[in-house]
Amino acid sequence: MKIAACVKITPATDSRISILADGTGIDASGIKWIISPYDQVAIEQAVLLAEANKGTEVVIVTVGDDNAVAQLRAGALAVGGDRAVLVQDAALANSDNLGVAKALAAVLKKEAVDLAFFGKVAVDDDASQVPGMAAELLGWPQVSSASKFELAGSGFTAVRAVGGGMEQEVRGSFPVVITADRDLAVPRYAKLPQIMKAKKKKVDTLSLSDLGLSAGDVAPKVAVSSYALPPSREKVTLLGGSAQEAAAELVRRLRDEAKVL
Amino acid sequence: MRHKPLDFYDIDDLLTDEDRQIRDAVRAWVDGRVLPIIEDHFQAGTFPAHLVREMGEMGFFGTQLEGYGCPGLSYTAYGLICQELERGDSGIRSFASVQSSLVMYPIHRFGSPAQRERWLPGLASGALIGCFGLTEPDHGSDPGAMITRAEHRGDHYLLRGAKMWITNGSVADVAVVWAKLDGVVRGFLVERGTEGFSAPELKNKHSLRASVTSELVFDEVRVPLENILPGVEGLKGPLACLTSARYGISWGALGAAGACFDASREYSLTRHQFGRPLGSFQLVQAKLAGMLREITKGQLLSWRLGRLMDEGRARHEQVSLAKLNNVDIALDIARVSRDLHGAAGIVSDFPVMRHMANLESVITYEGTHDIHTLVLGRWITGIQAFS
Repeated sequence: MKIAACVKITPATDSRISILADGTGIDASGIKWIISPYDQVAIEQAVLLAEANKGTEVVIVTVGDDNAVAQLRAGALAVGGDRAVLVQDAALANSDNLGVAKALAAVLKKEAVDLAFFGKVAVDDDASQVPGMAAELLGWPQVSSASKFELAGSGFTAVRAVGGGMEQEVRGSFPVVITADRDLAVPRYAKLPQIMKAKKKKVDTLSLSDLGLSAGDVAPKVAVSSYALPPSREKVTLLGGSAQEAAAELVRRLRDEAKVL
Repeated sequence: MRHKPLDFYDIDDLLTDEDRQIRDAVRAWVDGRVLPIIEDHFQAGTFPAHLVREMGEMGFFGTQLEGYGCPGLSYTAYGLICQELERGDSGIRSFASVQSSLVMYPIHRFGSPAQRERWLPGLASGALIGCFGLTEPDHGSDPGAMITRAEHRGDHYLLRGAKMWITNGSVADVAVVWAKLDGVVRGFLVERGTEGFSAPELKNKHSLRASVTSELVFDEVRVPLENILPGVEGLKGPLACLTSARYGISWGALGAAGACFDASREYSLTRHQFGRPLGSFQLVQAKLAGMLREITKGQLLSWRLGRLMDEGRARHEQVSLAKLNNVDIALDIARVSRDLHGAAGIVSDFPVMRHMANLESVITYEGTHDIHTLVLGRWITGIQAFS
């Protein structure tokens, strides 16, 4: 069996984001990059399956630049991925979600994987578009936001949380795209011996042409016009005095100033 | 709380990819496994023993050694591991220092093949715990005056004496004990459960409360002949171990200092007095700038020393300087952090007083601040002031 985990390199969730002066993107300087946390869950699920089923290979797939290699080694190959494929092409730098989905779908097809895990959402743009697009391009079914996954016979069983505490069980066959919710698996810590082993694992870099795609295939259909930070919080006033005085003052302000009472 | 490392001089650029990945992996583990539980253990005065196997599996022990289950990482990586562990707690780092530098290192370097085979894989995996006995109740800075004695008695050595302030003592499976045999300091591997060997724990500490500290008592202990470390005679044996451990401490102290700096920066921006954040006051800014200054210098010191260690040309005096400087500045930073936090600085909502209390031990153990100062004095003048 061959399993892919498709990942996105995103700013660490505790990064302080600032926007370029011309508003065209975020300022990448000083940002610490990580594999998006839901993608880390996807990797873990793929590795757990491989550990339980001898002869299974886990291929990590991403679209990115040279900086992605260190992330792939530390965050994916050091926690059990067998090798990685990095699609790197100038045309992809300015592409959109559909362009990225095309590149990933081409890799999944070329690798002839049985199963592709993605995180359900990347923590940078929160778009949740790429897995569904990739599945569609491949003509594969997709199970989104899986919180449980098991092999069953020649296919699989997945569980999705569907709100209100209810769960939905989905059965299907391969090939398939599964997107990982938080509960699917608990990512392990990278162990130092595994970090050393990961140095020797293969990271193949492919261009669009290696995948039979052209720059035109990934030309963006969506243009981002500008980025803006959320407005900073308005000034907070702490009401002083005793509890009674503060409560009276709060009611007065709600009535006279905010006019909500 | 996640820690974005203080790296004012882009020292990250001086590290290899491997060093950075190892550092980040240890940091993630400390964030997830140590920080959530360490205050409770410190308050209760208990060692989080469940972390030992985990640390072994993570590959934190004996990293600078090769073979017998050890990965042969650089000394720089060893230092970074110490830094991150001590960002969590000096007690956790102390555990790792003892295991790696004071137990595994001498067995690896001075032990027989059979001793290495027997002990190193288990110590590396965390299945076994070690401790190191050099200091005695009446001899700390002057270990050469030790009174613990071994006598050759036919098929065994007879060990008599006591060791004091021994990290991991009560939980150790094996003690590396330094004792005089015919007037010469030798190393002995004393196994847990050997008749006459006991290791009562010291429970009344105000410092390193999440770490086990013990006395080792040797009351006519029969040590098998094959348990002597064959590869070294004299004080240079234990001193070589201490040089390795002290190097790690120089990094570890930066971890504790970094944690105090992070907490202080955060607190100074969120705590308001006189209608303004603390960080808007010049005196507070001066304190923070002082921390930044000293941590940055300490980082450069440890980084350079790491490279010298990796090249095999670090002198022990250079290790003394890094240990004494970095622990000194870390303790000072912890004290200033405690002050900067006001009353909140004394409670366990913040890590600063725990680090402060821990560092009061770190400045004393593994060569006191004063002795390391005199080691430098001896290097400068050629005159030893402490004998």
